[in-house]
Amino acid sequence: MNERAAAALRKEHAVSGNQASSTRTPSTRENTPLDPAKLRQDFPCLKQKVHGDKRLVYLDSAATSQKPLHVIQAIDEFYRTSNANVHRGLHVLAEKATEIYECARTRVSWFINASRPSEIVWTKNATEALNLVAHSYARKHLKAGDEVVYTRMEHHSNLVPWQLLAKERGIVLRAVELNPDGTLRLEDLDRFLAGGKVKIVAVTHVSNVLGTINPVAEIAAKVHAAGAVLVVDGCQGAPHLPVDVRALSADFYAFSAHKMLGPTGLGVLYGRYELLEKMQPFLGGGEMIEEVHIDRSTYKQPPLRFEAGTPPIAQTAGMVAATEYLGKLGMARVREHEKELVAYALDRLNRVKGMKLHGPANPEIRAAVFSFELGEIHAHDIAQVLDSEGIAVRAGHHCAQPLMEWLGAASTTRASGYLYTSFDEIDALVKGLEKVRSYFGA
Amino acid sequence: MADLDDLYREVIFEHSKKPRNFGKLDGANRVAGGHNPLCGDKVTVYLDVEGQGVKDVHFDGKGCAICTASASLMTQALKGKSEPDAKALIERFCTMLTGDPSAPAEDEKLGKLNALAGVRKFPVRVKCATLAWRTAEAALAGASEPIKTE
Repeated sequence: MNERAAAALRKEHAVSGNQASSTRTPSTRENTPLDPAKLRQDFPCLKQKVHGDKRLVYLDSAATSQKPLHVIQAIDEFYRTSNANVHRGLHVLAEKATEIYECARTRVSWFINASRPSEIVWTKNATEALNLVAHSYARKHLKAGDEVVYTRMEHHSNLVPWQLLAKERGIVLRAVELNPDGTLRLEDLDRFLAGGKVKIVAVTHVSNVLGTINPVAEIAAKVHAAGAVLVVDGCQGAPHLPVDVRALSADFYAFSAHKMLGPTGLGVLYGRYELLEKMQPFLGGGEMIEEVHIDRSTYKQPPLRFEAGTPPIAQTAGMVAATEYLGKLGMARVREHEKELVAYALDRLNRVKGMKLHGPANPEIRAAVFSFELGEIHAHDIAQVLDSEGIAVRAGHHCAQPLMEWLGAASTTRASGYLYTSFDEIDALVKGLEKVRSYFGA
Repeated sequence: MADLDDLYREVIFEHSKKPRNFGKLDGANRVAGGHNPLCGDKVTVYLDVEGQGVKDVHFDGKGCAICTASASLMTQALKGKSEPDAKALIERFCTMLTGDPSAPAEDEKLGKLNALAGVRKFPVRVKCATLAWRTAEAALAGASEPIKTE
């Protein structure tokens, strides 16, 4: 961070009544449950009617979350008052923009309890963050015969980058399989690690299909004992759970702003600084260099080494607002609400005739993601009829084809909730599914 | 919004529940596979093509109601057609679904196939309706690579 930005942040921190610190210290309302009906008033998109007079029941937050006015206004405000390119300008707007961009890095480092802001690398999304690790860390440090372990439940973005690397470098891939309840078969991991060739273990914090919350800290202990590095896909973790990357002992943790109330176009890669330091550049270009000669260049220190070109800037202003909003609520309360939602939804959905609901039955290890099949009715037909009732769900393979193969389903229907999802929306879903059944004569 | 009943017309329900000419065709001499990677739908179209044209058509695979009904209706429509007529019909059908949205939806020459005209109001579902047809087109052309609609 440049000095001016750091100074500005200290000043803000000192005078603003420490609004930001609410992301670190639990609020006094720690034990009061969230009130989704009240929170929804903050989300303009959720207040609309669809298909004429149907209330919108948005159950697709695992794909992307809706945005509170606080975030929308922060982005608007940035463009109205502070728009400039970062780091290079000497004028007032460039300084403002740089301050916002670098302060946002600090805020996000607090949000996940990183050791320092320079452990936060901005990317365009979580996919890019994971590719960055594969390219800049793995391509540099792994050699033919080394092993990368991932799992059956990964999103394509935590499979394909490793497959590309494996093909290019002769790296061996190993996949941890699943127990029948949709949890990881950790004995597979133990067996792979015992082989002594594993250099990287890539695992999702929370499955975007099953909702399974993986025991990341336990996995990290095993991985580190074997001298390997742990890469965590936090896309469904950071928005829904209190995340402390140091408590989890994650070496890398990737997530997206847009799934946690923030804007699209911004991803985050957390990396332990000692590892970031040892990594080669990702994209080459402006911003990431120190000196460029006609035949060679030298590169900046992390995180800027990995941020070539004009980055998403307004998006970081939006991300600050998102972490403020979440911090004010308290992530523990968000999780508590979603856990109750899980218990309620599992009970209600399992009573629908013909329901085959995937994923763990225990709300303690499950996020509010519900992938299911309904009799012989195709997922697309289910989603279409639900949409006619104003209920937004997703149908397909959810970018997890190896998991679909394991489930024995070409596609599933997925409903997913967030802090603004209420019990009566689960009721609406159940009612919608009854309509699906009667519509298709099931 | 476009009316759900306009998408799922009676004929579509009927054909999706009881698809005609479903299953492998013994004696097929042109076969192609089609895949819609987005939803995982897969169909295989089997053609028995002789000198005078398409003697028989079958399909199998797994898809949504629109996909299955469209494939079923297609097998009936292509059977007995000369090769050029079959190709022309495929084009005509796909044009109805993907063509100029301001043009009238139904095409009187398509007869029973007009049951699928409502699909054009649901852009996301167009590929479901065209999958079997594009696969048949590939089979007629003797393609060996699986085709994809996305």
